[in-house]
Amino acid sequence: MNDALLSLEAIHVAYGKVEAVRGVNLALGEGQITTVIGANGAGKTTLLSAAAGLLPWSGRARYQGEDLSRMTVEDRVERGFCLVPEQRALFGDMPVLDNLLLGAFVRRRDKAYVKNSLESVFEQFPRLAERQAQLAQTLSGGERQMLAIGRALMSQPRLLLLDEPSLGLAPTIVRDVLKRVRGLRDQGVSILLVEQNARAALDVADYAYVMDTGEFVLEGKAADMASDPRVMATYLGGGVE
Amino acid sequence: MSLDIILILLIDGLSTGAIYLLAGLGFVLVFSVTRVIFIPSGDIAAFAALTLAAFQSRTVPGSIWLVAAMAALACLAECMTHLRNGTARRLPHAIFFYAVLPLIPCIVGLMIAKQDVPEALRIVTTMALILPMGVLIDRLTLRPLATSSTLILFIVAIAVHFLIAGIGLIVFGPEGVRTNPILDGVTTLPGGVVVPAQQILMMIVALLLSFVFYLFFGRSITGKALRATASNRVGARLMGIRPERAAATAYLIASGLAAIVGILIAPVTTMYYDSGFMIGLKASVGAIIGGMASYPITAIGSVFIGILESWASFLASDYKEIIIFSVVIPVLIWRSFAVHRDGDEEIEELA
Repeated sequence: MNDALLSLEAIHVAYGKVEAVRGVNLALGEGQITTVIGANGAGKTTLLSAAAGLLPWSGRARYQGEDLSRMTVEDRVERGFCLVPEQRALFGDMPVLDNLLLGAFVRRRDKAYVKNSLESVFEQFPRLAERQAQLAQTLSGGERQMLAIGRALMSQPRLLLLDEPSLGLAPTIVRDVLKRVRGLRDQGVSILLVEQNARAALDVADYAYVMDTGEFVLEGKAADMASDPRVMATYLGGGVE
Repeated sequence: MSLDIILILLIDGLSTGAIYLLAGLGFVLVFSVTRVIFIPSGDIAAFAALTLAAFQSRTVPGSIWLVAAMAALACLAECMTHLRNGTARRLPHAIFFYAVLPLIPCIVGLMIAKQDVPEALRIVTTMALILPMGVLIDRLTLRPLATSSTLILFIVAIAVHFLIAGIGLIVFGPEGVRTNPILDGVTTLPGGVVVPAQQILMMIVALLLSFVFYLFFGRSITGKALRATASNRVGARLMGIRPERAAATAYLIASGLAAIVGILIAPVTTMYYDSGFMIGLKASVGAIIGGMASYPITAIGSVFIGILESWASFLASDYKEIIIFSVVIPVLIWRSFAVHRDGDEEIEELA
């Protein structure tokens, strides 16, 4: 797919001699939610970390037509390519407000932009506005996830990589978080969503890949995947045995 | 013991503590951003004193050649890295920051060295000349190892200290120097205790710079970016904060603080090419009290070490060093208990 916002071809990622990702091909369309689902340990987080530049990888990868192999994590961020990692990576000993302001670090010189961005994030996550003076480490799990996403939104990204946003959250909060993810897509942000919670992910996604032991084993429209017997059997708890 | 002696020792201790405070803040800053215990900062302080002394005696300070050589090597290293990584578009940026900027004070220094210029110009030139040293040392020795363990970084920092001190002997020679006092004269406190103005200057500068530090880290986005890098390195990178730039900023500030330390103490202490080591080591005790993480506790710890030193010099001058460094052991024991009790991540690495 040449018109893809992000395209990965034959991507390999290894930890020493162990190959965690083996020859993965992925194309992410502009303005879409693409999800990668799979069991724990399938290599989803590794793939996402490598795509964001946090891990060394081999293969061909392009973002907005530009070669990713020579781009650092920070170069990607400057081009609107943001990762919200599984561990959230918040600045725990700093207040919520400072966490958000640092989210706009790459556009820090444009004061009006930072102010608008902050207002828009507070509008989407009113809870963060209430807690802006609180230290990030004192937030609840759901609030931390909102802060992590809100912080990424401060730079108004074009492509958002979300790693397990539902991890450790109560089911009602998962629904809320995923509803917001869909809201972001509607605002024009393209999203690559990695999830263990396959049902929730397929509900919001447009396109899906299924990953198993480092490889993509299935792909297709999310709606079709949700009714695919193979996916249902393995990932949606509808086993025949 | 009379009240006069207590007051004199207290003021002497506070002014010494002010010096350790400035150096200690630099230690905490560099460690929290880069995990390096920057032992060579003491040498940088000594080089600042020797540079100013050279200007005052109308000779060309050896630090000019040292900074010029380090800038040339660092610029070369930076350009080679960019060429290897295919980021040639950053070459002008690299040449500007690693060659042009450090060379400006070298040229100014050469121009004013033998002239009769105002003292303030000599001090400013000394500051500007010393400022890039930490950044250049980092680029040449520590940055290639930035992802190594804290232990390896510590060993390299010690090696760099001996290397720098050795170069100091070559470029400055073995003679000790004292500079002219920045503030002459004395102040008489109520009660008749006489305090040299230079000591008061040390305390005022430490107080002012602590306040500037507080504003910088609490208000400015650059200060917050440095704190973010210390708090969560991966998180900071994901915000587009480049760790090597955060490190360069930390080294720049630490060098500035070290330069101020050197300029402030040179009028009251004879400085040799290797005098910086002991100053750095004592200041590090204050930073250790602060767990290499907390600026306010480091400030209190540094002032405590200063006062302890002045009392130890008065009561048991032979044991001065033993007393000061003995403080480290109970502090570390107390810190390790504090870690177990609170699970405080900030100081885990040290304790």
